[in-house]
Amino acid sequence: MVSISNVIFSILVFLSVYVQVFFFVTFLENRKKIIIRNGKSKLVRYRAVTIAVSCWNEEKTVYKTVRSLLSLNYPKDKIKIFLIDDGSTDGTWDIIRKFARYPNIKVFRKENGGKYTALNLALEHMETDFFGGLDADSFADPESLIRIMSYFEKDPSIMAVAPSVVVYNPKTLVQNAQKAEYHMGIYIKKMLGFLGAINVTPGPLTIFRKKVFDELGPYRHGHNTEDMEIAYRMQKNNYKIEHCNDAYVYTNTPSSVKKLYKQRLRWIYGFINNTIDYKSVLFKKKYGNFSLFTLPTGLISILAISYLFGRMVYNLGDFFYSKILQVETVGWHYATQTSNFDLFFINIRSPLFLVILIYSLVIFAIIFGRKMIEGKWIISLNMLYFLIIFRIIAPFWLLNAIYNTILKRKPAWR
Amino acid sequence: MNNNIDWKKYIIVFLITGALFLTASYLSNYFGDKKIDQLKSIQDKIAINILSSETQFSLLQESSCKNISGSVLSGELDELGRKLEWSQQNLGSTEEVSYLKKYYSLLQIKDYLLMKKISLGCKVKSAFILYFYTTAENCSLCERESLVLSSLRDKYPELRVYSFDYSIDLSAVKALLQIYKIEDTKLPALVLDDELLTGFHGVEELESRVQESFKLQGTKPEGD
Repeated sequence: MVSISNVIFSILVFLSVYVQVFFFVTFLENRKKIIIRNGKSKLVRYRAVTIAVSCWNEEKTVYKTVRSLLSLNYPKDKIKIFLIDDGSTDGTWDIIRKFARYPNIKVFRKENGGKYTALNLALEHMETDFFGGLDADSFADPESLIRIMSYFEKDPSIMAVAPSVVVYNPKTLVQNAQKAEYHMGIYIKKMLGFLGAINVTPGPLTIFRKKVFDELGPYRHGHNTEDMEIAYRMQKNNYKIEHCNDAYVYTNTPSSVKKLYKQRLRWIYGFINNTIDYKSVLFKKKYGNFSLFTLPTGLISILAISYLFGRMVYNLGDFFYSKILQVETVGWHYATQTSNFDLFFINIRSPLFLVILIYSLVIFAIIFGRKMIEGKWIISLNMLYFLIIFRIIAPFWLLNAIYNTILKRKPAWR
Repeated sequence: MNNNIDWKKYIIVFLITGALFLTASYLSNYFGDKKIDQLKSIQDKIAINILSSETQFSLLQESSCKNISGSVLSGELDELGRKLEWSQQNLGSTEEVSYLKKYYSLLQIKDYLLMKKISLGCKVKSAFILYFYTTAENCSLCERESLVLSSLRDKYPELRVYSFDYSIDLSAVKALLQIYKIEDTKLPALVLDDELLTGFHGVEELESRVQESFKLQGTKPEGD
């Protein structure tokens, strides 16, 4: 029986396997280039860097964020820290204004205008050749900046370097699931880095050359994902973005399903809409792997997840329909009896093997991502939480983001 | 820089993915074949059982009813039927599956004839239902009728249900269709005590008919 549904299913499975194999082959090609440094690093020349912390109601975490910047292993006179209160209504301002006494810290207060406006204010006041943001819910590892800067020292063509973002102090199940997800994210980012195809320069401590903003202009709204929009713009202009896997930034993650949902809705909405804005970049040789691999991969996963979700809903509906029919026909007692288990009825079809393969490669990505930051091969239950929780909820925020895109309704920031 | 695309890699990954696909479908076929082999061996076992009972019955005639009654476990036939049904849905209607289905129909007819003889000759409490359904088109009533029959069979072990796919290409089944004048427009169809019932019949109705059929025989097996 060859139905259209099965053909679509096979194509999506094929593409998903292709993407995973592509990552894995990239890994095999480049695995010797993945260096994990221990201990203190040194540079030949310490270039001055401006780091802007934009805050909007972050009284709980901003103190620690700034302290983490003050403890960076980097000459104090070479780091300029800008603290920008983007119209907070809580005690954020009272906390950050106390930092004004530090010689290398400048504080700003402005009306609320969104994160990109706060970052642009920092860009206006910047006097250094390097610039980075740090979200006020994230903390930089003491070695992170110096390791990032070593990339710029090594290769003058590099325009931006993204760090490895790690989940800070996970407590809830949802946060532990994200811990595994972020490990996978590190692996994927590294591979995209090798491919020259990174599509997000994350808010927590990505460092840019000033040249990027001089030539391409300041941050834009970017559908509430300004860190994605700037990466797209850089890719469109063939600016090189690298990933420094051993520069760690710890970030607070949504603690509940509801908060996670809101965050992901914003991310996916940003991905879809930035991709639409930059659709002229898609499938063009001159934009490299970003155009031929990263963006199509994102689109494939959106398609695959939505399709699989539809199929699952259909199957569940079918199952319940036949159960209802059973109860109606022969009564509750007989319908709820389960027949004896027989191995014969386990359906071993080819998609099963391929789905197992995809999951194995995803699990490898999580484990290796973790190895890149902890130096050890560790298997933890978090992977299971991640696979289960995201499998169930991801289709909803995806479909919601597609729906919002269609309606052009912008999701709330948080 | 960025725009150096490694086409070779895109092609190699494509080939690897293709190879993985082929391997997966090879494995899937392998396990499918294993299942068919399993079905074949169950069927052979049942065929030997039926043949042996038949032969035994002919040899001993009515002299030894005790040894012979219920020699073929109807449960085995049922199980085979379920597995065949599943295979048809999940392995696709391959030639092998439809061949096995024909064989299965034939075994059912043989079992029916033999059990009828035994039940008459030895006065064993029993009832027979011939059930005709279709897989050629979507028949939701057939699905419901199957559920009713399964539940009745569970309740009355002495009830034997033989189910036949209307669209099967087998002369013996076609003969049955002719005998009972079954038309494809009136499916599902049941034959109980030589009476033809078309359309859907619920549990209560069939149950009373089956009990009626038990009474008609007037006798109960010893020890009941």
